[in-house]
Amino acid sequence: MICPECGKRPATVHVTKIVNNQRTEMHLCQQCAQEKGELDFMIEPKFSIQDLLTGMLGYEGGWEPTRVGPEPNRCKLCGLSYREFARTGRLGCGECYRQFGNRLEPLLRRIHGSTYHSGKVPKRAGGTARLKREIEKLRAELQQHVDREEFEQAARLRDRIRKLEVQLNG
Amino acid sequence: MGWDKILSSRSKWMEGTGPAADIVLTSRIRLARNLDGRPFPHLMSPEQGTQVISEVTEALKRLPPGELGTFKVYNLSEMLPLQRMALVEKHLASPEHAKGDGQKALGLREDEAVSVMINEEDHIRLQCLYPGLQLDETWELATRLDDWLEKKLTYAFDEKKGYLTACPTNVGTGLRASVMMHLPALTMTDQAKRLFTAMSKLGLVVRGIYGEGTEAIGNLFQVSNQITLGQSEGEILNNLKSVARQIIEQERNAREMLLTGTRVELEDRVWRSYGILANARRISSEEAMRRLSDVRLGIDTGMIGDVSSRVLNELLVLTRPGYLQLLVGRKLNSAERDQKRAELIRERLKPSKR
Repeated sequence: MICPECGKRPATVHVTKIVNNQRTEMHLCQQCAQEKGELDFMIEPKFSIQDLLTGMLGYEGGWEPTRVGPEPNRCKLCGLSYREFARTGRLGCGECYRQFGNRLEPLLRRIHGSTYHSGKVPKRAGGTARLKREIEKLRAELQQHVDREEFEQAARLRDRIRKLEVQLNG
Repeated sequence: MGWDKILSSRSKWMEGTGPAADIVLTSRIRLARNLDGRPFPHLMSPEQGTQVISEVTEALKRLPPGELGTFKVYNLSEMLPLQRMALVEKHLASPEHAKGDGQKALGLREDEAVSVMINEEDHIRLQCLYPGLQLDETWELATRLDDWLEKKLTYAFDEKKGYLTACPTNVGTGLRASVMMHLPALTMTDQAKRLFTAMSKLGLVVRGIYGEGTEAIGNLFQVSNQITLGQSEGEILNNLKSVARQIIEQERNAREMLLTGTRVELEDRVWRSYGILANARRISSEEAMRRLSDVRLGIDTGMIGDVSSRVLNELLVLTRPGYLQLLVGRKLNSAERDQKRAELIRERLKPSKR
């Protein structure tokens, strides 16, 4: 077997990489392997997250997206088509997430096992999410107090929740 | 452009201090953020790219003085390829970012504990890097910087999907927390692979030392979270911390086992590598990493008393191809690199320099 890198010398070095349980094999000559070992990170990784994603999205050459629900095939803001997303694994802008909406859900569930953010909320761009998150948290606390029959604390929390709810709806 | 200073300064992570420094080299927090109402970097026009750089630069300049440090912003297109490569070797930029095509910039804090990649895959990739196992402290710094940046910049955020990112694998918290560990004993005793398989079931992933798509060299492994949506930052960090603690425990046990069961073999291996590093006239990058791993194990198990792990961390960076050529100031061929590398290592391991 001839080394595919230089096409000259015989391939004597055999490299097996396992990343995320994905196995890749390389057969190189001594010289090219050495070069690659040193410069490995400067070259394109053999497969990327994008490749894995597009695999999940089932894109293969002539594959055409089927329209599911009312979502458009193209993002209004950046113009990215769903098809392009399926090919590259990258969305075009924040608006894409809203535009392609439900079609992204199965993918997100497969990657993360969830489709709902439960972490940090930015102060300005977060909108009402911050208040909602706070109310959810207090409700959970309230339930704990009720379970422990600590009714005074529970009442105080209930009042705070009411105030926040007024804020949210007003 | 102040590049000389980046070259000579030692990044904070190289100090070789911090909790569990015998196994954990660094704790890293990376936050992916995008600006609202405009395309992500891969779809931006050059004008939009320049605009993002200037907005983020402005926000970095307006951080409260003193408390969060001061930043300098470098335009990557103005750097030489070797300089950009050296940034990757110092873990300040990703390989993807260091390609330097398009409108890319890098904000760097003086102590190099914080770097802000501008127009990488996302508009902003905020990275904080501390030595040792300090995930909470690193997160604390990152989230405070994030809060300050958000005062000036409007992030792309959705109530249900969280922080919106170019790749759906980062959406939600946009958080990638990683711990870089030196695991020679687990590798020698063939336990590492099994451990890594188990980790993937917990939503964690093991990568090489330069991140995604890179291989493990010198027994250095980067363990990070894979899931960014559905778990809160606290849950992600706690999950990673508890797994890291278990790995540390197991690595320590494996070291203990090797020390009691096969002490002479281990000592022989460590001191042979030390001898080669201290005397070789030519050494490849691969061999240097392997030998440095042995010597690091020797230091961390108390066999070698008079070399500091700070020197080893510096060598980890200095002996990489990009940095090496940058030090010499010109492109070197492979044989010249091997020679220069050996010289540098000998110099650093000299008793007076330890």
